[in-house]
Amino acid sequence: MGSVGAKEVPTLLTPDGRRIDGRRLDELRPLSITAGALNQADGSAFVEWGMNKVMAAVYGPREVHPRHLQENNKAIVQCRYNMAAFSVDERKRPGLDRRSQEISKVIAEAFESVIFVEEFPRTSIDVYIEVLQANAGTRCAGVVAASVALADAGIPMVDLLPSVAVGKVAGSIALDLKKEEDNFGEADLPMAMVPQSGRLVLLQMEGHMNREELGQALDLGVQGCRQIHEKMKGALRERYAPSSANPQEANA
Amino acid sequence: MGSRHRPGPRGRGHDGASGPVGDGRTLVLPGDEIAAGGLRPGPGTYRTGGKTYASVLGLLQQRPPVVRVVPLSGRYIPSAGDVVIGTVADVQGTFWLLDIGAPRWAPLHHTGTPWKLEPGETDRYLHVGDSVVVAVESLENTGRIGVTMLGDGLGKLDGGALVFVSPARVPRVIGRGGSMIETLSRMTGCKLSVGQNGRIWIDGPPDGIERVRAALKMIDDEGHLPGLTDRVHSLLTSTQPLDADGQPTESPEPRAPPSPSPDSPDESNAVERFEYEGPGASGGS
Repeated sequence: MGSVGAKEVPTLLTPDGRRIDGRRLDELRPLSITAGALNQADGSAFVEWGMNKVMAAVYGPREVHPRHLQENNKAIVQCRYNMAAFSVDERKRPGLDRRSQEISKVIAEAFESVIFVEEFPRTSIDVYIEVLQANAGTRCAGVVAASVALADAGIPMVDLLPSVAVGKVAGSIALDLKKEEDNFGEADLPMAMVPQSGRLVLLQMEGHMNREELGQALDLGVQGCRQIHEKMKGALRERYAPSSANPQEANA
Repeated sequence: MGSRHRPGPRGRGHDGASGPVGDGRTLVLPGDEIAAGGLRPGPGTYRTGGKTYASVLGLLQQRPPVVRVVPLSGRYIPSAGDVVIGTVADVQGTFWLLDIGAPRWAPLHHTGTPWKLEPGETDRYLHVGDSVVVAVESLENTGRIGVTMLGDGLGKLDGGALVFVSPARVPRVIGRGGSMIETLSRMTGCKLSVGQNGRIWIDGPPDGIERVRAALKMIDDEGHLPGLTDRVHSLLTSTQPLDADGQPTESPEPRAPPSPSPDSPDESNAVERFEYEGPGASGGS
């Protein structure tokens, strides 16, 4: 990873459409999800996605502290996204910064729109996302981990919330950017989708894309989210029904 | 949200009606479409766009006229009449706040106790950290949980140990017709009180308490797998202390816990009192 500091742009896309790590444009990095990785939390999950390692813990619904934040007709969703000092090449200064505050806010709002918050008035649902190792797309990995943790915590919600980033790399729209592609690419578009309705509840963009490229990127992201959704369901099934050889679909 | 979600008591079946029509073993996840088959969406489900979906992770249960999802995890969701074990979290002038593992703390007002006290005297009776057996009396749509200590088998707990299991596992801890709790008590010489909130109070010989603790951990971790009763039984047998001849010792009769005060209830039939009567109360399979 010495090339990052050295400012030499790596070859991001070969002429035959292979990316820096050999993936196709529409291919995800390897993703593995473990539900219920922690004992103390009401729900938890650990996600390894490419070279990202992200832990999520959910507490609640529980009493709101400080008290003045409580809402008398619904639960509030509080999120803390944090990167460990050792998660990146150069030591990250620990604690809250502008970036992590923003990410915490958008993730909390995304979850508030899928959780049935009216069911738990005057309480708080607390989501903690700890990035142990970062390699681009940590907010998406954080959303995936937190969503599995929320389901593990038995919190009622519309659906799980798969999330992925799409970007523009060497002039082409590519799914699930890794660090070099994020650093030297032209655009990054993280998103989170409710599979049940197809609604997007998190969408941010950095860099430039034209309208046509944006449409293409959204289509690719939706397709990526559907794949990630299956992995999330698999992780929860693994935890709660490990013995069932043929997990029966509830669909008639 | 554009969709309607049915909240309600979760984790237990309250109607003692017929068994589930569905197999009751189908795991569903939030957002899974479920085959309602003309049934009304019950707790743990929601309906939108003419289709029914699960809102929580749990087991699908079709019991006409409703389809519901019985959660496998999550906090204790109180329901009126439940007997629960709580820990004092805060002491106020006229009431105590109890942590019963629910989304909110439950206020226990002094008028709901057997004690006659003046305002400000609350800390003479219960302190932060004390454990009590209370009954859920009222639930308000503000989320407030009213509890009372007036009633049979309710009162302060002294001595013993408190163990937490998932509220979804309470029917497993009790077993069919109280079989599991009876086994635990008989094989270890301990007395057990099981709160519907998954908090379990154990009193007895120290080694017995540790054996019950290990058994409860097994129930909590493996309660959803078949053959639970046998596994708990062999765990308790393997940890049974041996006498001089190498034979398992007879467990002493469960001894009555020390009576803390004249107001405290007699705990002798605690197991009976907390007996679970719902249809889901089957011990293993």
